[in-house]
Amino acid sequence: MEQFVSHTGVGVPLRRSNVDTDQIIPAVYLKRVTRTGFEDGLFAAWRNDPAFVLNNDAYVGGSVLVAGPDFGTGSSREHAVWALQNYGFKVVISPRFADIFRGNSGKAGLLAAQVDDKVVQRLWDLIERDPGTEITVDLESRTVRAGDGEDRIEDSFDIDDYTRWRLLEGLDDIDITLSHDDDIASYETTRPSWKPATA
Amino acid sequence: MGRTLAEKVWKEHVVRSREGEPDLLYIDLHLIHEVTSPQAFDGLRLSDRRVRRPDLTLATEDHNVPTVDWDKPIADPVSRTQVETLRRNCEEFGVRLHPLGDIEQGIVHVVGPQLGLTQPGMTIVCGDSHTSTHGAFGALAFGIGTSEVEHVLATQTLMQAKPKTMAVTVNGSLAAGVTAKDLVLTLIAHTGTGGGQGYVVEYRGPAIEELSMEGRMTVCNMSIEWGAKAGLVAPDQTTFDYIEGRAEAPKGDDWAAAVAHWKSLRTDDDALFDDEIVLDASEMTPFVTWGTNPGQGVPLSASVPSPSDFDEPADALSAEKALTYMGLEGGMPMRDIKVDTVFVGSCTNGRIEDLRLAAEIVQGRHVAPDTRLLVVPGSVRVRLQAEDEGLDIVFKEAGGEWRGAGCSMCLGMNPDQLAPQERSASTSNRNFEGRQGKGGRTHLVSVPVAAATAIRGTLSSPADLEPVQEG
Repeated sequence: MEQFVSHTGVGVPLRRSNVDTDQIIPAVYLKRVTRTGFEDGLFAAWRNDPAFVLNNDAYVGGSVLVAGPDFGTGSSREHAVWALQNYGFKVVISPRFADIFRGNSGKAGLLAAQVDDKVVQRLWDLIERDPGTEITVDLESRTVRAGDGEDRIEDSFDIDDYTRWRLLEGLDDIDITLSHDDDIASYETTRPSWKPATA
Repeated sequence: MGRTLAEKVWKEHVVRSREGEPDLLYIDLHLIHEVTSPQAFDGLRLSDRRVRRPDLTLATEDHNVPTVDWDKPIADPVSRTQVETLRRNCEEFGVRLHPLGDIEQGIVHVVGPQLGLTQPGMTIVCGDSHTSTHGAFGALAFGIGTSEVEHVLATQTLMQAKPKTMAVTVNGSLAAGVTAKDLVLTLIAHTGTGGGQGYVVEYRGPAIEELSMEGRMTVCNMSIEWGAKAGLVAPDQTTFDYIEGRAEAPKGDDWAAAVAHWKSLRTDDDALFDDEIVLDASEMTPFVTWGTNPGQGVPLSASVPSPSDFDEPADALSAEKALTYMGLEGGMPMRDIKVDTVFVGSCTNGRIEDLRLAAEIVQGRHVAPDTRLLVVPGSVRVRLQAEDEGLDIVFKEAGGEWRGAGCSMCLGMNPDQLAPQERSASTSNRNFEGRQGKGGRTHLVSVPVAAATAIRGTLSSPADLEPVQEG
């Protein structure tokens, strides 16, 4: 996995709460057998609306999505994370993420930065008033920064220590686990014989 | 201090535990399907890794499969490629697969319990959020993403931070005609879609104990819709009776040993939950959604809410957007909402008891002129059982469509989709925008409400139906 230390990019305001994974990428776009090419499905229904933020030229090239609470609810599809990444997003900022989405983000290298409600409001106001404004998300110091002077926003974000460490180091989970192979093998000797098997 | 059921199951599966790191948990059963597994198998190939325990892995085809002409090649080439990729991967890595046409094929969460593979105290994962269904047996079961699917394939373990625990205690008894689905929809409207976030939930209390295994599966299935990591019910005699004799259930001495252990899987009297919700089942009535998330629901007897009914500005805005999408006005009685398509099926309500209940209501009646009734059994076994009981004839004589097994219109990955602005009453689990087809409008309902709605053409309960004319 690619390392993630810090990222600065144009902030894109998504003024919605409960953005479920069917909105992030509808099921009909889940049929690919690769990890790439899902950008076409990203927010597919909303992108039909010319007023949708991703259709606004001012936010072209945006890489930091700022969304309302309960982002990524619903299905376990990691395709939602891939679609955001394939489109060019590196970070999603929200006051609350659904568990599976947050887990998938950590595995795939998309930073899910959880901030206070008020920070999202202030970021929205700033990047809507001045489209193209960049947001810096620093994983090392767990801070999110944007704007200058009176508009300056600087606040901390939450991410669990283990995911932060893995992202900073760019480590692969499976390699880490396979280094505990002895523990797994020894656990297996203790499993009751009546536990079901498929073969 | 005592421990909760979830804590007991967790502890039994810890392979490795270190301060400051997630626990490494052993996985007893890994279920896979065609949509969330191809990239995981690719990952194995790229790193030259094998499936560690193919004997604890089971695959079925469900999300993409057609519910008509299932004996012919899948018409959609992209769906076909995905299904064929699963077949190739299972062959290459030695995983047991129940493909289209096999008698054990069906929705992954119907197949596991039906085979007797889902048992109390197990850890069960699948690349599908409705894996929580298996919690009905007292198993710790949850959905995972594709990277985690690859991790389980390679190691038979998962790294997991220990979640908090919550009790949902449901006192009283459900009234006649009120189902497990109404119970869970009522709960989700109470908590909102994020209310369970970070928790493993134990459903308990008299109303839960009175539910059949299929009813318990319906409740646990929708745990994810209020954000819970997993939902479970302590195993009891109802659980043991359901499992005994199934193909993969323990036999002979193994059965006795297993049951002895399963009986220990109860929350200790002095155990503490991090949180508790208490509900009264006797106050519950048929419950339906009006909006675009499963928390936006009201009793069927109520009216569509207006944005101004909500105190929180965010909720009001969310309601306004939902009403626009759904094409509804605040104040309109729910019972006046006209429905185009009724879908009975899914991992929430696609089991034999669901089909029996629907058939009982539809029997001797006819589907409303402008309404379509689609009945999709959760598995081939459920279909064959229903046909054995003549339920297919009941649906067909009433003007309904009887289909083959699969996820079908729950998420519309196959051709079973709503058209733009088409409105459904659906026994499935999600009413998100476009979930059942681009622009489609979904109302989540129980099986009795679905069946009565098919007959009247507007959201209804069986109590609204004219008595069947004899002779």
